[in-house]
Amino acid sequence: MALHLPHSEATHGGRSSEHRSQSSLMQASLLLPAITESFRKLDPRIMWRNPVMFVVEVVTILTTVLLVRDIIIGGTHPGFAIQINLWLWFTLIFANFAEAVAEGRGKAQADSLRRTRTETLGKRLLANDDGGYSHFGLYEQIPAPELAVDDIVLVEAGDFIPSDGEVIDGIASVDESAITGESAPVIRESGGDRSAVTGGTRVLSDWVIVRITAAQGSTFLDRIISLVEGAQRQKTPNEIALTILLAGMTLIFIFAVVTIPSFVHYAGGHISVLILVALFVTLIPTTIGALLSAIGIAGMDRLIRFNVLAMSGRAVEAAGDVDTLLLDKTGTITIGDRQATAFVPVSGVTEHELADAAQLASLADETPEGRSIVVLAKEKFGIRGRDMNALGAHFVPFTAQTRMSGVDVGDRHIRKGAVDSVIACLGEAVPSVGQIRQIADEIARQGGTPLAVADNTRLLGVVHLKDVVKGGIRERFAELRRMGIRTVMITGDNPLTAAAIAAESGVDHFLAQATPEAKLALIRSEQASGKLVAMCGDGTNDAPALAQADVGVAMNTGTVAAREAGNMVDLDSDPTKLIEIVGIGKQLLMTRGALTTFSIANDVAKYFAIIPAMFVGFYPALSALNVMHLATPESAVLSAIIFNALIIIALIPLALKGVRYRPVGAASLLRRNLLIYGIGGLIVPFIGIKLIDMLVTSIGLA
Amino acid sequence: MLFHGWVTIMAFFICVVAMTRPLGGFLKRVLEGEQHVLGRIIGPVERGIYRAAGIQEDREQSWSQYAIAVIVFKVICFIAVYTLLRFQGVLPLNPNGMRGVAPDLAYNTAISFVTNTNWQSYAGETTMSHLSQMLGLTVQNFVSAAAGIAIAAAVIRGFTRRSAASIGNFWADLVRTTLYVLLPICVVLALLFVLEGVPQTLLGSVTASTLEGTRQTIALGPVASQEAIKMLGTNGGGFFNVNSAHPFENPNALTNFVQMLAIFALGAGLTNMFGRMVGRERQGWAIFSAMAALFLVGTVVTYWSEAHANPLLHALGIDPSLGNMEGKETRFGIVGSALFATVTTDASCGAVNAMHESFLPLGGMVPLVNMMLGEVIFGGVGSGLYGFLLFAIIAVFMAGLMVGRTPEYLGKKIEAREIKMTMLAVLCLPLVMLGFTALAVVVPSGLSALSTSGPHGFTEALYAYTSAAANNGSAFAGLTANPFWNVTLGIAMMVGRFFVIIPVLAIAGAMAAKKTAAPTPGTFPTDTGLFIALVTGVILIVGGLTFLPALALGPIVEHLAMLRGTLF
Repeated sequence: MALHLPHSEATHGGRSSEHRSQSSLMQASLLLPAITESFRKLDPRIMWRNPVMFVVEVVTILTTVLLVRDIIIGGTHPGFAIQINLWLWFTLIFANFAEAVAEGRGKAQADSLRRTRTETLGKRLLANDDGGYSHFGLYEQIPAPELAVDDIVLVEAGDFIPSDGEVIDGIASVDESAITGESAPVIRESGGDRSAVTGGTRVLSDWVIVRITAAQGSTFLDRIISLVEGAQRQKTPNEIALTILLAGMTLIFIFAVVTIPSFVHYAGGHISVLILVALFVTLIPTTIGALLSAIGIAGMDRLIRFNVLAMSGRAVEAAGDVDTLLLDKTGTITIGDRQATAFVPVSGVTEHELADAAQLASLADETPEGRSIVVLAKEKFGIRGRDMNALGAHFVPFTAQTRMSGVDVGDRHIRKGAVDSVIACLGEAVPSVGQIRQIADEIARQGGTPLAVADNTRLLGVVHLKDVVKGGIRERFAELRRMGIRTVMITGDNPLTAAAIAAESGVDHFLAQATPEAKLALIRSEQASGKLVAMCGDGTNDAPALAQADVGVAMNTGTVAAREAGNMVDLDSDPTKLIEIVGIGKQLLMTRGALTTFSIANDVAKYFAIIPAMFVGFYPALSALNVMHLATPESAVLSAIIFNALIIIALIPLALKGVRYRPVGAASLLRRNLLIYGIGGLIVPFIGIKLIDMLVTSIGLA
Repeated sequence: MLFHGWVTIMAFFICVVAMTRPLGGFLKRVLEGEQHVLGRIIGPVERGIYRAAGIQEDREQSWSQYAIAVIVFKVICFIAVYTLLRFQGVLPLNPNGMRGVAPDLAYNTAISFVTNTNWQSYAGETTMSHLSQMLGLTVQNFVSAAAGIAIAAAVIRGFTRRSAASIGNFWADLVRTTLYVLLPICVVLALLFVLEGVPQTLLGSVTASTLEGTRQTIALGPVASQEAIKMLGTNGGGFFNVNSAHPFENPNALTNFVQMLAIFALGAGLTNMFGRMVGRERQGWAIFSAMAALFLVGTVVTYWSEAHANPLLHALGIDPSLGNMEGKETRFGIVGSALFATVTTDASCGAVNAMHESFLPLGGMVPLVNMMLGEVIFGGVGSGLYGFLLFAIIAVFMAGLMVGRTPEYLGKKIEAREIKMTMLAVLCLPLVMLGFTALAVVVPSGLSALSTSGPHGFTEALYAYTSAAANNGSAFAGLTANPFWNVTLGIAMMVGRFFVIIPVLAIAGAMAAKKTAAPTPGTFPTDTGLFIALVTGVILIVGGLTFLPALALGPIVEHLAMLRGTLF
């Protein structure tokens, strides 16, 4: 069970996943259901949601009724009228098809999620005599769907977690690949920021007691399914505004068209309803009207492929508007795993000795910190890797309880770990405790993390682990600056350290010794000056700030409170993704804007095709306006309506993929888009209509 | 087209540019209630008016209160003018013994002057008493113009205020604009006109014996004072039937030039006031530039069209070098008439110094298109600016989307409510312009008023409703208004005024209530050439595309047919 279907393997490297998803835009397996769906969507009750296309449907039905009447009465040449009618229906079906294709991709993902969802049994614990729960207590097995909020369940190694909840006791490693696609298990424990568990994930080792927090139907997995299906899709604020604009344009063109018969009557001519409908449908913004909902769905879909769940379309739009980005230092600006940069021994111990012990303790330690110690030891003192087996060494892995790791070689026990943990293990009585504390404080002051090393009961010294600024982050910040986004680094470090890292990473601003209150205050003050703020967080103490931020991205590894407060959840728990999320939000708006401009610019050419065709019968002089030299009035009208229908199909890939966003500043971005979609929108239909006219004339359609 | 013609156009444009900053600065001081020179002199009058009318000038109004104040004021004005016109026969200052005005004409005229349209279905010198001219029409010329400027100021306040509930006080804006802006400038203008020979008297008509021995009645009256506000307030309602083509309204080339400057003065100045009020004059100059571009294009097309004689007359052996002089005054010539026609329809003035009906088809189409675009090229005082802002909102909406942000203008987010109101205001113009034309060209009472048939007659009808709805008031001439026209044109004028004012004030209220976002590099700048080009494009495409079928059946087909040798 995975969000990551063959055609949508999202990875941590966002850019590559984007590329991959594009290649499968129009998968054959998705097309057939989409075609069926596009006929089903002709239902006026569904069409009603889209005013532009609804109006098209009304006038199409009208012309079809007139056509049927003419055929029954025995009109002269129904051939032309039949063709126009067909293309009007095609226009509607193409519009529905665009939406159906966009929805289809989400539906396929939702089906797969549902197929793989297991019917889990939950072990509901019964309260002890004292009202508490213990994992040795009695439990009853009940199906997961029957679990209610606040039920207490026991989940043991190998069990699926029956529903969303919060760990109230125990610690366990959990396989969350079903949700995140990440195969490495994560630790879930009571208290702190790692207490949330998600229904459908599986406990690999140990046990936890979970208090159920989500009612059936509103669990995280349920929400994912309904999101990718688009079942809860509501129009977003900007989409509503655009719909109003398009409806207004449609109304204006109604005035323009319904007054024509009277004008024509005055001029002594005659004009058929069919031609008026053709003119009307080509003039109103059908291109953007047809693609508008597909663009919105595809925007959400892009986020989902990117392993980010937006709880509302509003959030995606807001992401494009973000002015200020609050980024946690650790894991975002700096490599979350700190790197060893120095060995600081206590007096009486040489640096080499400390390095040797630290290296030995870290040889089998696969954590990045451990590896960095081995590397530093080699660089500084040329201490090479040793064969653990030959030494008869036994690795002691890190556990959540001891918060130490190390190695046992014979009766020699080398341990490294947090200073307090090591001291707690050895006892306050051992020598050098004071000095170790002093060194540790000094390192902490510089923004580093001290790691104490002990050989049996002897404290050797401290390894200085330092934050390392991520490669390329400076360029990312420069890019954000060009996008007009201010970056603020949030860190618990003291101002000196924060300033050092801020300078190194090129972040615009920093908030040092950040408390949740300070974070919230910063967001509020930014918002008061009219700015939109995005942030990400995972802890319960982040929840108020996540709720306050315009775009709050909660890490999937975070607490229930954080996930509830945010309006997006990042399944990969990768805070750097905020940057891409902003890009996706912008892309969504840009695609709408570009296609609207294109659609309206198209009208100029359509006028030049249809106006001479309409009026040339009684005002022959108007043939001078036939600048495209279309063969006959019939072929001109037919070509215009065919172009109008086909352009919808032609632009579906663009609507689904989105217009590419480049961080080059608003003015040059606009110049570029205006050139492509504005000027292009003026020119393309002239060429397209002419070509179609040549085609329909040569095969004798009109 | 002659060298002196281009010089005239350039000289005119340079004068407009030169006036813009000083006027803008002064307008801002007046409408922001700041200290200024005139305040010390006329201040007591202002305070006296407030006391007498019970106005608390510093009590701010919400947008709806402001709109209600505007409408209440307009209704009172309408009733006053209507009553005055109906009873002018028994009222004083009626040396020529004019009778009361017929109901449909009184209704039409009252609406026309209250809405700053000044469509005239009557000939002033044979219909109106001096009292009607002075107390009815000239007063409306002042207050309808002042109301326009007041509303523009209120709209700008909407953009400049943050999280505010109010957009100013209509009564204070109205009084201040009239007292400090319109009256002083008009006094100077009127004196200048008198100096150049425009009559200003309360005497009746003079009868003179001509050389042939016949007797001629020469109409006189308080012309100069009405002339000044007619231009400055973009009203356009002349004292005489032929308006500024009459030698007593517009005696020479100098007065012609000054009249044209007076038409653009406040419209141009308001763009600068906009820039100053939003804190960045460049924003105002951007609007000015878009307007100026459309103005210059229109002028060149009209001048080009009129400087060429009708090719059919040329074929008959008539010297084409004079251009198309039919319906023009020799003292203004081609350029003086073409420029005037463009200026008066760019701004919603509607004064005319030549018969637009006699322009060649394309020359006559430029004034028509200017009005169809909604009078946003400098435009009516105030109404030009807020009309332009509607298009700017649409332009910014599209531009904002194309740069990937929720659109914003001057830091205010453009959302569904603003778009709804904008579309409402933009919609009403084509509705009445095209709708009434469609009606008039099929009903007998509509058709009977047209002086000619074919495309030219069609253009007459289209021009009339376009002029009324756009609150311009210029006539294509040729039309003989009857009750059908008086009633429908009256409706068109009302819709064109109030269906724009109310949505625009609603937008102002919504904008004022919003927070203002500081500009970032990701914000689309609205003071650059790109914005100017974009908004110009939006005005032409959104404002113009609607009318293409109608234009094709009017001036365009007439032009093309003329080239083929057919006249209508």
